[in-house]
Amino acid sequence: MNNGSEMRRIVTAWVIVSVIGDLLWWFLVGPHIPPGNMTESAHWNQFDFNILAVTALPVVFMVWIWLGYAVVKWRDKPGVPDPVGGEAAKASRGVQAGWITITSIVVVSAAIYGTIALIGDHGSGGGEGPNPVWAPEGAIAANNAALAGKATWSPAGSQPLVVQVIAQQWKFTYRYPAFGGMETDRLLLPVNTEVVFDVTSLDVIHDFWAYQLSVKADANPGVNNVAFADTKQQGQFMVRCDELCGIWHGAMYNSGRILSKTAFMAWATKTEAQNAQNTKYLPPFAWTYTPDANGASGGLYPDGNVTPYSPYDVYGAKQPAA
Amino acid sequence: MTISAERPTEATAGTASPAGPRSGSSWTNRPGWMSQHLGTAIVLGFLGYVFGHWWGNYLASGYTYIANNGQNGVADFLGLLFMVIGWLLGIGALNYPILKLFGREPGEETPAPGLSRYFRYTLDHKVVGMQYVVGVLLFLFTGGLLAMAIRTELLNPTVHIFNPGTYIEIVSEHGTIMMMMATSIVVGPLGNYLVPLMIGSRRMAFPRVEAFSFWIFSAGYMVIFSALFYGGFPTGWTGYAPLQNQAGPGMISYLFGFAVIGIGMMSAGFNIAVTIVNYRAPGMTWSRVPMFVWSILATASLLTLATPVLFTAGLFGLLDHLVLTSLYVNEHGGSSYLWENLFWFFGHPEVYIMALPGFGIVAEIVPVFTRKPLFAYKVAAAGMMGVALLSFFVWQHHLFQSGINPDMRPLFMLTTELISIPTGFIYLVGMGSLYRGKMRLEVPMLFCLALYFNFLIGGITGVFLSDVPVNVTVHGSFFVLSHFHYTIMGGLVFAFMAGLYYWLPKMTGRMMNKKLGLWHFWTMFVFFNLTFFPMFIIGLLGQPRRVFEYAHNLQGLNDFSSISAFCLGASFLLFFWNLMYSMIINPKKAPANPWESLGLEWQTANPVPLYNFERIPVIVTEPYRYSEPGAPAYADFGGGTGAGAGTVGSSVQE
Repeated sequence: MNNGSEMRRIVTAWVIVSVIGDLLWWFLVGPHIPPGNMTESAHWNQFDFNILAVTALPVVFMVWIWLGYAVVKWRDKPGVPDPVGGEAAKASRGVQAGWITITSIVVVSAAIYGTIALIGDHGSGGGEGPNPVWAPEGAIAANNAALAGKATWSPAGSQPLVVQVIAQQWKFTYRYPAFGGMETDRLLLPVNTEVVFDVTSLDVIHDFWAYQLSVKADANPGVNNVAFADTKQQGQFMVRCDELCGIWHGAMYNSGRILSKTAFMAWATKTEAQNAQNTKYLPPFAWTYTPDANGASGGLYPDGNVTPYSPYDVYGAKQPAA
Repeated sequence: MTISAERPTEATAGTASPAGPRSGSSWTNRPGWMSQHLGTAIVLGFLGYVFGHWWGNYLASGYTYIANNGQNGVADFLGLLFMVIGWLLGIGALNYPILKLFGREPGEETPAPGLSRYFRYTLDHKVVGMQYVVGVLLFLFTGGLLAMAIRTELLNPTVHIFNPGTYIEIVSEHGTIMMMMATSIVVGPLGNYLVPLMIGSRRMAFPRVEAFSFWIFSAGYMVIFSALFYGGFPTGWTGYAPLQNQAGPGMISYLFGFAVIGIGMMSAGFNIAVTIVNYRAPGMTWSRVPMFVWSILATASLLTLATPVLFTAGLFGLLDHLVLTSLYVNEHGGSSYLWENLFWFFGHPEVYIMALPGFGIVAEIVPVFTRKPLFAYKVAAAGMMGVALLSFFVWQHHLFQSGINPDMRPLFMLTTELISIPTGFIYLVGMGSLYRGKMRLEVPMLFCLALYFNFLIGGITGVFLSDVPVNVTVHGSFFVLSHFHYTIMGGLVFAFMAGLYYWLPKMTGRMMNKKLGLWHFWTMFVFFNLTFFPMFIIGLLGQPRRVFEYAHNLQGLNDFSSISAFCLGASFLLFFWNLMYSMIINPKKAPANPWESLGLEWQTANPVPLYNFERIPVIVTEPYRYSEPGAPAYADFGGGTGAGAGTVGSSVQE
């Protein structure tokens, strides 16, 4: 068999297998790929995964078909001609240039697409640090309002809901500044709402992973890590700690739920009233919960005059009275 | 062809020591018990530990540093420090510098003959290579046993075999031991043994540094192992602060262990890089350097340049632990991001330290078994150096969700994805070398093909991980875990096995049993994939790494993975059995050049003489000129010895 027909055979097999593989993936597997469709980011992250998958599958098939063909046909057995060495067996400039060009185009396209997806989807649900650069409309204003003690939320409006996620060994606490700064251990959210998560930690690094919401942000002590989610479907979701945080890391999980706006409002107002007795002892809402010198044996309450984003102020707390 | 006129005069020095004559005999080489060897190292290491622990308590008694237990961290640290010093003193690693310090001339350094040289501070690179084989296999076996324990715990989502503290200790110890092992699994045994043979050198540039790198590597093993007796450490191999600051005394073993291993990595890398640059035989231009040597050069550069950062990070951690600095403590002006940055600035080049040697092995072996020249030699070399260079610019992809520099994510996404271009070169080279070849499916070749299969999956899933939106779902999950096992185990460990099956006949003069080898290969390949492929799905379905409890609906997949893992463990027993059987129980003498390779390392006499080459060879052409009748021999030995001398150019050798 000459070179040409052998290559044609391989390429034909590759094209057929790749087309079938990609179609199967796109229509059969892709729709079931996590994290699903519960939020806008979840939807786009699933889409992104599937784009990468249908790009990757032909690459995988190319290598597998080549390896398979080589093992069957180009091996040491009777009837197989001796290989040709010398210059003929070395890579031609065209093959090398072609390979480099094609891999570069694929790789750079993937990076460009990933960047567009990341920016267009406001950080894709990932932790964006204390000063998010790609925030949804109104999110930063809502977050600043929360710090100023003026957070509001109502089912009728379209303003984002601010939720602080406070991680500690080994549980999550959720704080709702729009509802008097109440704290709960269940994460309930309204549907069709832009949610701003202010993620922080009291002790070591944790990671707030709301799996179906496609939200993942490290909870760093003394740092506010902001992530966004635009809720689209009602239902239950899982929250897990995704950064090793000590011996009970494996047990640091709970579940949350996305409710209708009215159901959420009813729950929130009821819980706010129920918790009011405790909430009044909590410190005012701040980006971080930082132990300072005023609390007994390193209490957990920040100073009232902490200026956000200035590490010196956050860390350099008031000295205890002499 | 005779070109002896071009040969440098030092090449005619015969088998005498190239360092010139000396008088007397050093303690490290004196025969019998009245000398320095493994036994004295163990004794002095133990005494060092006892002394250090006593001294620490003497210095710092009355106050304990480590929260929630009564231990004195200073004593724990000084115990380990003096154990390492005692170990090095006992083996004789410090004789030379100490004598020089006092103006004395050290004695004769010709290694003691016989088996005992393997238990001593021997300066012969071949002995160091063999010592490393045993060393890394010990590491691998320890880490593997811990992996079995992890998979046993994960058999059931809620019924536990270990308590959570023990479990996290096992996970952390497994990760750390395996990472330490993987830095040296190829560079140590095969790099040290083969590089001088492949570049036509009689020795390493710094034989003392080389021997030192092994003995401090083995001390590092003891230090990290000591964590188990100190109650372990809860941070995984990544050691994130401030969990690190909160941890018990086992953390000292981790921090100091990485510092100790780091010294070993730096010295090994430095020595090998200098050797490759300066000790190549005449005629071995950069376009004639074997591909394995290129990969080791790239790796050695990374070892030398990246490891100091780890060393520093470890020292910072020790300071935080022992003298209560707060470099990693946010509340007191430090930053937990500092550790994350320092660790991953080392950690990502480290990933390629664990990939490049594997690429080098397959690029070296595939032409031998396809009887074809290496396809696109320059692209392969450029790929390795390109990967090494780019690996310094990708580290923050480990921190995409950490909140650090979020606006830099597109940049790190781009650099991370760019690195798949030079990595792809390795596939171009491999596939091109297979094209219309005449493949001999010997055991080493099978392992090479397995690398192409496994690393493809590991590499492609790496592109998924580098994509920030997809990373939101897969970061920190079993998906990542599976990804890096596919690259490190599926890539490097498979390549290491290929290398062992391929080069052990040269290193020991004995053939590995083929039938057992085939059994080993097929069980390892099949059960490796059955163990780790389900973990991609487990990760996608939401199971984070390092957890002892998981969702009930994932039990089926986890059990499947665990049972496959036990079978994978059994395949390693097959390997150890093959090693014992073929090397000790029923040794079969290996032919001089069993694979009919053209490589320079196969052209020396068997067993390899003390100084490798009777006369320094002169390299006259490119490597890998297989199936090219009339091609000149790779090297001219000037009529000297060498098993293959005179027939090097022929592809057939009885």
